[in-house]
Amino acid sequence: MKAIIAATLLGIILMFAGLATKDKRSIASIAVVGFLLLLGVNIWELATTSPSEPQVLFNNMLRIDRYGLWFNLLMTACTLLYVMLVNKDIQRVGMHVAEYFALIAFILCGVYLLSSYNNVLMLFIGIEIISIPQYILAGSDKRNLKSSEASLKYFLMGSFSTGILLMGIVLLYGATGTFNIVEYTFLQSDSLNPLALSGILFLMVALSFKVSAVPMHMWTPDVYDGSPTPFTAFMATIVKAAAFLAFMRLFSVSFGSLSDHWMMILAIITAATLFVGNITAVFQQSVKRMLAYSSIAQAGFMLFAIIAVNATAWQGMILYAVAYSVATIGMFSVLLKLKDYTYDGFNGLAKRNPALAFFTTIFLLSLAGIPLTGGFMAKYFVLMAAVKQGNLLWLVIFALLMAAISAYYYFRVIIAMYFKQGEPEFNSEVTGTDKLLMAITCALVILIGCVPQLVLANI
Amino acid sequence: MILTLLILVPLIAGIFSFMAGNAAKGLALVSSLVTLGVAAYVSIAGHAEPLTFNMPWIPTLGTQISLQADGMAAMLCLLVGIVMPVIFITNWNKDVENPASFYGLMLLAQAGITGVFLAYDALLFYFFWELALIPVYFLCSRWGGEKRIQVTFKFFVYTFVGSLIMLAAIIYLSMQNPGANAYSWPNIVRAGASLDPVTQQWLFWMIFIAFAIKMPIFPFHTWQPDTYEQAPTSVTIVLSALMVKMGLFAVVRWLLPVVPAGVAFWSDTVIIMSIIGIVYASFIAIVQTDLKRLVAYSSIAHMGLMSAAAFSQSNVGMHGLMVQMFNHGINITGMWLIVSMVEQRWGTRDMTKLGGMASTAPQMAIALVIISLANIALPLTNGFVGEFMLFNGLFQGVSNYHITFMVVAGLGVILGAIYTLNMIQKSAYGNATEMVIAKDLSLNEYIGLGIIITIILVLGVYPKPLLDMTASVATMIVP
Repeated sequence: MKAIIAATLLGIILMFAGLATKDKRSIASIAVVGFLLLLGVNIWELATTSPSEPQVLFNNMLRIDRYGLWFNLLMTACTLLYVMLVNKDIQRVGMHVAEYFALIAFILCGVYLLSSYNNVLMLFIGIEIISIPQYILAGSDKRNLKSSEASLKYFLMGSFSTGILLMGIVLLYGATGTFNIVEYTFLQSDSLNPLALSGILFLMVALSFKVSAVPMHMWTPDVYDGSPTPFTAFMATIVKAAAFLAFMRLFSVSFGSLSDHWMMILAIITAATLFVGNITAVFQQSVKRMLAYSSIAQAGFMLFAIIAVNATAWQGMILYAVAYSVATIGMFSVLLKLKDYTYDGFNGLAKRNPALAFFTTIFLLSLAGIPLTGGFMAKYFVLMAAVKQGNLLWLVIFALLMAAISAYYYFRVIIAMYFKQGEPEFNSEVTGTDKLLMAITCALVILIGCVPQLVLANI
Repeated sequence: MILTLLILVPLIAGIFSFMAGNAAKGLALVSSLVTLGVAAYVSIAGHAEPLTFNMPWIPTLGTQISLQADGMAAMLCLLVGIVMPVIFITNWNKDVENPASFYGLMLLAQAGITGVFLAYDALLFYFFWELALIPVYFLCSRWGGEKRIQVTFKFFVYTFVGSLIMLAAIIYLSMQNPGANAYSWPNIVRAGASLDPVTQQWLFWMIFIAFAIKMPIFPFHTWQPDTYEQAPTSVTIVLSALMVKMGLFAVVRWLLPVVPAGVAFWSDTVIIMSIIGIVYASFIAIVQTDLKRLVAYSSIAHMGLMSAAAFSQSNVGMHGLMVQMFNHGINITGMWLIVSMVEQRWGTRDMTKLGGMASTAPQMAIALVIISLANIALPLTNGFVGEFMLFNGLFQGVSNYHITFMVVAGLGVILGAIYTLNMIQKSAYGNATEMVIAKDLSLNEYIGLGIIITIILVLGVYPKPLLDMTASVATMIVP
């Protein structure tokens, strides 16, 4: 609760900071300090919440447990890392820097709701709170047609999926007479009526849209590609992770016992997501667009955590969210330094700036899931959860083959950096601070890969 | 504790090498000599009972940092310990571009390979298995020949696909006996052996494909000649002397005892694949004119024989395999060193242009002859002992076709003699047309080849230390 209030306050303060000063740098500094304080509030809240008694708020509409708080804490830390890494690039997007930071703070507020909702209406509100600021952020580069297109596309598709979400909620309400997700657990497999079943299906479709699972992924490449790159980094990581947690909370807690009814559909969605995401990524010429498809492919792996309804899956989800977010934020922060987003833009980076090339390599190895990086451990946990579930070994093997394909397009960047000749052009100078922050990100990736219990400690 | 040194010394020295500039060469040599010392100690101390090291790693999974050096692992660590300094010594005068990264990556590869040999926990094993690959990928792609990027990428994708399928098998096996030691070797063995035979039969392939690609055996070998040819020679040595041993070692440790029913069912198939590989690679080696490709194909033939013996399920074959892993590592290192010296001096590896080494560089020619003879397993060389035991093992195998197998595999020896003698004749004897200007061995090359030849001769005459070291492990795998 404290964190939710603090995030909202931070958003409001940042908005008014924009009135008080026009100096972009001081606004950015306020934002960094603000997110640091927000992180502090998260730690405080986690420390004061006992494992046995979660906070129950608003007539049982929110149920803030330690898992959710730990997730919030990690996501806030990722946001802080993100804000520090790309704050100069955010300043360059447009005039209204204060608003951008404020919107990010509001999105975090939505993330906190999604990690703790106990009522599908809260799920709906949370999804809206993270979506609407994203529509604005996607279009924040106003003079760029692609950015406007991204914003409009995202808005139209997003509203449509919200409609489906509401439809699902209503159908379930018709079947059960409740919005409370715990009460859904009383649904019995043998007495399911068509209303409840179609409600579950509608919810699955709407949430698949939010996590960009195939075939509800069509918006992702265009929106990610068109949005200003700093905001793509945020959408592809923290927002996506929160949407996944929301998805998992509903399907694991409420519909876990009904998994016979939806598991096959979700397994097929997973296979399709892995297939389309990976295969399409292979054919991209722009690294930014490749990362958009790779985020679809990675979503395929995160879907494993939802299909496998067990304790390992909860661990895997949080580990995946963190490992994937950190590596992707790092990758985007490198991309932001470069002028040319195509693969050729990376040619010769290792000669020009060996440190940057090394960090990029680690981020890419993590995304590809090579041992010693966080990406490997994350993949390992979600796949293990699926194997534990039984009956899904075919999907696991399929996913591993797809992971091998993903190595192809991640390594293309490495090949360009190290083994091709070229003079990469930089957007902005890579300062010592940038390098230090990237080194920290890099160290985090390796740390998670070697000692994953750091991330799993509090759950 | 001493076992962690074998991994940590090259790892830390490797990391420091990246910052050491031109001093990296010296650092690499010192660190490799230190590891050699440790490995020698481990081989002597590990004689009576295996050395172990245990430390919790990821409790939620039940995996540990668990290392164990039994006779086989200690022997292979010793091989790594010998080969790495020999590489560094013989290349002392050769300038590489960006030595800091080159030697840094070499040492990281060494750490990974040693880790594979020592790991006693399936997940840790997988970790090192992949870790060894990454530095080698960069070494080949950066310092290799003209076609290096595509070729190395093919190699990388091949091995990566194999290991990912193995990963699925590891997850599956660890699920059978969850708990604090889910991934430890005894537990994996128990889990695998308790499965029903049909499950074991498909688990066998999930695990074996990774190893088959690494060894490589027919028909998974297509990456090998290209990669060996394109890689810089130091890296080719690491690949052929050490990394392919990872494949064989893994078969012995992580396949044969883990899915016994699967092995029993598929061993004939694998032996047939291996023997096809022997004959096929030998025939191709005969028509090669490029020295590097010739040695590459001869290596496929030797690996074929070793893997056939590994699946023959006879004690003497298993024992021979272990001895031969060491010997092949030594011999192939010698072969590559000579090839690289020839290339360095005369700028070509084409045998049609070579000739007359015996008159222009007699010491080098002598070394070539001795190492080549060891490579075709002539008596008094180390190769003879190992290969004799391998054939003996194939003959005593449990398969119904054991005699056929042995006879066809024996063809490989004859063919091996043909291409090796042909190579000696073409490069060492005859008229020195292209090889007129020549410098004989320099001091560092003398030392490097001297170590190799000494080992070849000593183990050829007195192989007992090696046999003693591995006897207990061989008996444990195949009683």
